[in-house]
Amino acid sequence: MGKTFAEKVLARKAGQAEVVAGQIVIVEPDHLLTHDNSAAIVGKIGAELKEFGIARPEMPVIVLDHVIPAANEKTATNHRITRDFVGTYGIKHFFDVGVGVCHQVMVEKGLALPGDVLVGSDSHTCSYGALGAFATGIDRTEAAALLLRGQTWLKVPETIKVVFSGELQPPVSAKDLVLTIIGDIGADGASYSAVEFHGDFTGLSIDERFTIANMGVEMGAKVAVFPVDDVARSYLSSIGVGADRYESVWADPDAHYVRELTYDLGAIEPVVAFPHKVDNVKPVGEGADLEIHQCLLGTCTNGRLSDLEIAAAMLDGRTVASGVRLLVLPASKEVFEAALDRGVIARLSRAGGLVLPPGCGPCLGAHQGALAPGERCVSTANRNFKGRMGCKDAEIYLASPATVAASALTGRLSDPRKMR
Amino acid sequence: MRVWKYGDDINTDMLFPGKYTYTCSTAEEIKPHLLEDLDPEFAGGVRSGDLIFAGKNFGCGSSREQPVVGLKAVGVQAVVAKSYARIFYRAAINQGLLLAECADAVDAYKDGDAVALDTEAGVINVGGRAFSFPKLPPEILAIREAGGLLPYTVQALRGSGGQPRRRGRGNAAQG
Repeated sequence: MGKTFAEKVLARKAGQAEVVAGQIVIVEPDHLLTHDNSAAIVGKIGAELKEFGIARPEMPVIVLDHVIPAANEKTATNHRITRDFVGTYGIKHFFDVGVGVCHQVMVEKGLALPGDVLVGSDSHTCSYGALGAFATGIDRTEAAALLLRGQTWLKVPETIKVVFSGELQPPVSAKDLVLTIIGDIGADGASYSAVEFHGDFTGLSIDERFTIANMGVEMGAKVAVFPVDDVARSYLSSIGVGADRYESVWADPDAHYVRELTYDLGAIEPVVAFPHKVDNVKPVGEGADLEIHQCLLGTCTNGRLSDLEIAAAMLDGRTVASGVRLLVLPASKEVFEAALDRGVIARLSRAGGLVLPPGCGPCLGAHQGALAPGERCVSTANRNFKGRMGCKDAEIYLASPATVAASALTGRLSDPRKMR
Repeated sequence: MRVWKYGDDINTDMLFPGKYTYTCSTAEEIKPHLLEDLDPEFAGGVRSGDLIFAGKNFGCGSSREQPVVGLKAVGVQAVVAKSYARIFYRAAINQGLLLAECADAVDAYKDGDAVALDTEAGVINVGGRAFSFPKLPPEILAIREAGGLLPYTVQALRGSGGQPRRRGRGNAAQG
């Protein structure tokens, strides 16, 4: 019997000839990601850090992104505690306020590589599956234990196989595809499992693969992973990562899967996740009359250059509807500057967009962009939970960059195919 | 002892709103906001020894651990749900909070039923009927028995708790 991606990568990492789904292995992750929660993590182990130190100073990656620039004395103090910790313990990979959202920074800086085992105290750590990494979220306490000991346990997951064929028909994009999958299998459809993407997906850009892998946790997945192909190798090469720096892993052809799904990308249509669950997915047309107050374009899900370009192309020369706030949240400073150089930022701004610092704040209601009772937001982010953007009496609709841009122009939830 | 009953897909934003994530970290800071957007009566009404019953995919969403830290701090004896999201499941192990995965017990429960939990046996009694739930494999149970992951880690680093075993097959641990 062949092995799945998860079985092969975890066997290698655990130093075992082979492992099978259900087995528990001890691994030393290649990196541990933490962000603004670093202060709370370090705060749990003050005495232990003095006694034992850091297991591997090259393992932690710390990115300040969730409340940036600091909103108040408390969050500013969190940042200061984090900087002090970085200095005291010689943390090698630290990215201060303004570099970008942690998941984008991990990738841009070449810290998430094919075949790596990566954990992070953030649920969207699964994003790095776009590059063939085994990447998954953990809680703060486990992050603290990892700082001290450098290892943790993982249960080798069962795997679901998703086979793609055909090509997405713009303005339909990866967000529509992943929301469709989540709508089909449910918010727990891949619980405890790995999800492998197979078939023909050469038409999916690396940005689109990040969107899909990022949303893996919204179907309950432990990891959501693409194989490393020419598209991935070309991206890695573009950020200065040569093939000598990683050893990619992929499933055997006769691996065992607990479930198989197939999708014809050509048949995917624009969809929206209606409040308050990510699997409450319906065709965009079902919300055609809903008045919109805020549009959020960006985040770790859809804040890369191609996402901003799609929106800019739709908004070009027009302005957002009266009464609509369009917030633009680039995934990183690099993305922001690339968009600046290509005139994308100018086009978004002139259309009425308000460009925010590259961080996470609005997505989780932690900083900027909060909603008022009765308001509706169409967002390219990954969660529409009740209260998510700071108000339990507001509504969040998750959609693609094209649908968000179309909705910003009309002030109503709109089908981007009708706006071109 | 009271049973607090909720539905499917109770996410971590409902258990503890994201807007407090970077201003509330200690148990005392967390307690007043527990389940704030789900059940405004919970934070003021919960007592030590209470139980939570819920549907499938309990704890889905964010990796924030405040819900687990808070539920443990107010003395919730256990959560009994049809299934759990994996990060929440790990977080509960790490804090020493008991999660029982038992769909039949959740379906059987009616308001007012007497409920009793036998952790050692892995059995929950609901209205006179007994339901068993899977126990954690020994190497993971050891974390909970040490009082949580940090005490366990310190024991291991000092050598008194030994290194975790390198092999083993788990049935219940979902992490």
